[in-house]
Amino acid sequence: MTELTDQLYHFALLDEDAQREIRRKLLKAVAIPGHLVPFASRDMPIARGWGTGGLQITLSLITPEDTLKVIDQGDDESVNAVNLRRLITRTTGVATTTDTTAATIIQTRHRIPEEPMRADQILVLQVPMADPLRWVEPNIERATIMHSEADYGKMWVYMYESIVRAGDLRIASQYPVIVNRRYMMDTTPIPRWDVPKLHMAETLYLFGAGREKRIYAVPPYTAVEPLQFEDYPFRTEYRPGQRCARCGAENTFLTSHFVADAHGGRWETTCSDVSYCTKRCAATETTA
Amino acid sequence: MSEQWLLRVEQLEKHFGPGCPVCRQLTGPTTGRSRCPRCGTVWACVDVNLQLHAGEVLGIVGESGSGKSTLLQMIYLALRPDSGHIWYRESDGQLRDLTTLNRYEARLFQNTHLGIVYQRPELGLNMRFSVGGNVAEKLLLAEWRHFGRIRVRTSELMNKTELLPERIDDEPTTFSGGMLQRVQIARALASHPTILLLDEVTSGLDVSVQARVLDLLRRIQWTDRITMLLVSHDLGVVRQLARRTIVMKNGHIVEAGLTDQILEDPQHPYTQLLVSSVL
Repeated sequence: MTELTDQLYHFALLDEDAQREIRRKLLKAVAIPGHLVPFASRDMPIARGWGTGGLQITLSLITPEDTLKVIDQGDDESVNAVNLRRLITRTTGVATTTDTTAATIIQTRHRIPEEPMRADQILVLQVPMADPLRWVEPNIERATIMHSEADYGKMWVYMYESIVRAGDLRIASQYPVIVNRRYMMDTTPIPRWDVPKLHMAETLYLFGAGREKRIYAVPPYTAVEPLQFEDYPFRTEYRPGQRCARCGAENTFLTSHFVADAHGGRWETTCSDVSYCTKRCAATETTA
Repeated sequence: MSEQWLLRVEQLEKHFGPGCPVCRQLTGPTTGRSRCPRCGTVWACVDVNLQLHAGEVLGIVGESGSGKSTLLQMIYLALRPDSGHIWYRESDGQLRDLTTLNRYEARLFQNTHLGIVYQRPELGLNMRFSVGGNVAEKLLLAEWRHFGRIRVRTSELMNKTELLPERIDDEPTTFSGGMLQRVQIARALASHPTILLLDEVTSGLDVSVQARVLDLLRRIQWTDRITMLLVSHDLGVVRQLARRTIVMKNGHIVEAGLTDQILEDPQHPYTQLLVSSVL
């Protein structure tokens, strides 16, 4: 494997200039929490919209000593995760893991791992839509001015109208938040369940949108407040009484699958974070 | 003047274009043009000085293209002047030069201190939001975070501006022109601004509707003691509302004084023409 990396690729695929540019933009993003920093998104061997933003951040940060974990929809074994992991290990030769606690860099789409993350870890998120103001202001130029003036009235009216029309804050994912009491940020692609994990976290969160050519960050110990009203507070997807069919966990984000059997099949809810679920199952087996 | 001013505009200037050495000689009220014939630069406001006292209504009249709206936009901090100062006296007596504010500070000042009503409602309102949402935006920007209280306050404002509170969730496109002006006024008043800027509020309205909107403004002025800056080309509107009036022509102030005085005994030839042609 090392021979292959030496011969065919520069370490971590991207050339040194590209890596340096992205690192510089990451520093800027960390310095201004929640601010969208434009960057020169490179052509990658995967299609735009398949995680190129997150991939470029990971490739710019990774060192040979790192341990990598890649997840997609909470699963280490989904197609996107497998292919991204293969690409990164082939061009860097770093060790990989499925254990959240053992990884130093975690690249993810859709989820923040259930296990609490530490200060020595970095979470890289692949982002489909970078700007929360797109809902109310499709013109990027005007949206940028709105960000610079902290003119978020339109977005608040959007929340207000959501209550007027639907009787509650009907926003499934991409929940807008205010970072560090200044910039409005899209929490895409994570579900509402993971939004509180951003608030005053120990870990550095980096967001990369390859197609949108934007990088943003939530540094450790940064206030992240979801948009909410005193009488209509932000709520996660938690439904009491639901539990994982595999490990029995009641405090995780669940997904449902259709399981076919002799009677035609049924819906089963399991943990979205598969490696955590497997870990819990293994732990109960050893104690039993 | 012995009264304390709230807002003071000093030598405000704004031009659009490259400018040339003879611009100033070739434009202005004596030449009768704002556009320099040599370089094409438009001198929208030149050496504008005015004072706005707390609780008064100041009228600005002048023909189309005299720089009235440019002046109003600069005071609203939507347009940056080339030179000059806009001084504002805070409630604690401190003076602030509004021309030195950056974008973020200017927007904050706009949200907390200023309200504006445009001639065309689509400039001041977002036609995709409901009427209630448009009014609530100002409250939300002022950090109102309780949905129930926002609804109550919005209904109050609609009552005050003679709109039916039942129509709080209707779209602005279903409202008539006069009602939309009232929605704009409700929105402008939502965050208790110290200065209300009115840009040709009654132009394009039916005469009877015009009278009702003017009545409403006068009543608000009476009850809230709110300071107003009223831009209009209609001397009748200015006479109804403003105690003092400024006459602008080709970017310059040509006459200033009490409204009655200006209308009864105009000094400047342009004002004389204006008064004789309208009244």
